[in-house]
Amino acid sequence: MTFFLQMLVTGIVVGSVYALVALGFVLIYKSSDAINFAQGEFLLIGTYVCLTLITAYNIPFIAALFIALMFSAVLGFVIERIVLRPFIGEPVISMIMATIGLSSVLAGIVHIIWGHETRVFPKIFSEQPVNLGEIVIAPVYLWSLLIVVAMLIIFTLFFKYSKLGIAMRATADDQQAAMSMGISVKMIFAVAWAIAAIVSAVGGILLGNINGVNASLSAIGLKVLPVAILGGLDSIPGAIIGGLIIGILESLTGGYLDPLVGGGLKEVMPFVILVFILMFKPYGLFGKKEIERV
Amino acid sequence: MRNPFVMDCGEFHVNYKQDMAIWKISRVRMRVFILLAIFAVFPMFASDYIIGLATLCGIAAIGAIGLNILTGFTGQISIGVGAFLGVGGYTSAILTAKLGLSFWIAMPTAGIVTAIVGGLFGLPSLRLKGLYLAIATLAAQVIILFVISRWDALTGGTAGMVLSRPELGSFVFYSERSYYYLMFAVLIITALFTLNLFRSRVGRAFIAVRDRDVAAEVMGIDLFKYKVLAFIVSSFFVGIAGALLGHYTMVVSPELYSITVSIEYLAIILVGGLGSVFGSIYGAVFITLLPVVLRSGVEMMSGVFPDLSAVLIGMKEVVFGLVIILFLIYEPQGLAKIWKNIKDYFKLWPFSY
Repeated sequence: MTFFLQMLVTGIVVGSVYALVALGFVLIYKSSDAINFAQGEFLLIGTYVCLTLITAYNIPFIAALFIALMFSAVLGFVIERIVLRPFIGEPVISMIMATIGLSSVLAGIVHIIWGHETRVFPKIFSEQPVNLGEIVIAPVYLWSLLIVVAMLIIFTLFFKYSKLGIAMRATADDQQAAMSMGISVKMIFAVAWAIAAIVSAVGGILLGNINGVNASLSAIGLKVLPVAILGGLDSIPGAIIGGLIIGILESLTGGYLDPLVGGGLKEVMPFVILVFILMFKPYGLFGKKEIERV
Repeated sequence: MRNPFVMDCGEFHVNYKQDMAIWKISRVRMRVFILLAIFAVFPMFASDYIIGLATLCGIAAIGAIGLNILTGFTGQISIGVGAFLGVGGYTSAILTAKLGLSFWIAMPTAGIVTAIVGGLFGLPSLRLKGLYLAIATLAAQVIILFVISRWDALTGGTAGMVLSRPELGSFVFYSERSYYYLMFAVLIITALFTLNLFRSRVGRAFIAVRDRDVAAEVMGIDLFKYKVLAFIVSSFFVGIAGALLGHYTMVVSPELYSITVSIEYLAIILVGGLGSVFGSIYGAVFITLLPVVLRSGVEMMSGVFPDLSAVLIGMKEVVFGLVIILFLIYEPQGLAKIWKNIKDYFKLWPFSY
């Protein structure tokens, strides 16, 4: 039972980070109908920038975090402007390939600047494990959960009450109607990319604190795709619930099934679940069904 | 002086059959045969290294034509080609190395097995479209690779398997030159089949599905049947390419079929030209040779900047991504369209209107 709870808690923490990164996918999809295959690289760049600021320039963590987030936002902004703008209204495959190309460019730049070795964040959170009943939790996990929950609440409020958030929802709903109400749709796309870059950077920094940073961290980008699809590509609550489901299932698979088959099943599980979900609910759990007419 | 490119004029088709002919006028046919002859003769004069590169380009072209049937002609994006290549390679490896069957049975069987697997993963395609289908094929990629790397008894796990070169009677296709001819024959058959496929009822249905699938269904095209059929036909050729590649490199192992390979194949058809058989070939040559050219470029410069080789991997990724993005922005119809533009320019020269 303790083992189960332990796995459950790990799953919830990892799942909440997934949810955060999935939020980036959902934001971009909602506003501009594109999937960002470069999300993993956004995450990697944000993490590396933060790490470099801390280790090379001795900037305190909180300041470094904020600079890294600002940097990510600008990066998202600029990339939307140069790379994605020409593809508004183009077929899906152009969008997919453009972001795949982008991910390749960014990955190359990361390799050139930071190389391949795994780097470790200096300890930011205390290492004294916290005991909850019989479960032992590292503080880094608790902090991660706390930060993710805070971010999710902030974004929910942002979409519900802020002017920009409402404009973003309006754009997602109907681009032409939003435009005729005086909303700059191009601006909204840029903001969506900037926010996506920020949330991925936060996700990356948290995961980096848990596992260390190297180039393979960007694989998270692909891993979170099932999360976004499971919840429905255009649903923010879907991203959160999808993240938790995948995180918990992954952790439980890792704990119970991996010893039986000799490892690796954990990585595949999200995709197996995804295929089954798509068979029965093609638009995910909370996705909007598209109706087509000739 | 008379412009030699103007020979293409005089297309006065009076019936449907002429309009659908694969070579519009006899001079075009002659030109194609001359080109084929050049490609058939060139290995006599080239070095083994060049022939090897040409073979790799040709194998990539076979797979790319397969993918183009699915993505370029039928409009269903697949990010799982890498794994399907793997299915082809492993089927052929298991049949020849474990069961001792001949390559000539194993290669078509590899195609058929891949077609069945592809068809299975194509089943959700009726309800999924665009992005969702792309992600479903991505799932196929991950799941198939997992099965390959875990089913130790059958596939040898992560260590992979060793294959032998095919034999015909007592002749073994061991030299680069002989394998080139084998690839060349398969490539010609693949290209001819695909060119003809899109002059047939089935091919037309594929194109209708791509252009507007709901409208196609209203016109009486059985969407489910044709979408799955596209997956099957496409995977068949990808499987053949996988088998050829496996017997060429003489080794199969899971990391040869990663998602990077899938993305490379997507880049091939995109750079070459979606929905174009010749485009697939141009793209295959372009993307296969890109790293080779880059590497020799870096080696030339390494005398000046000694640390440059460390940067090579990163540079390769940057250039690869830039090529994709620039093609998408400036010539979305790929090299096939660029080639056509050049031809058109000369046809009209010196009156460019």
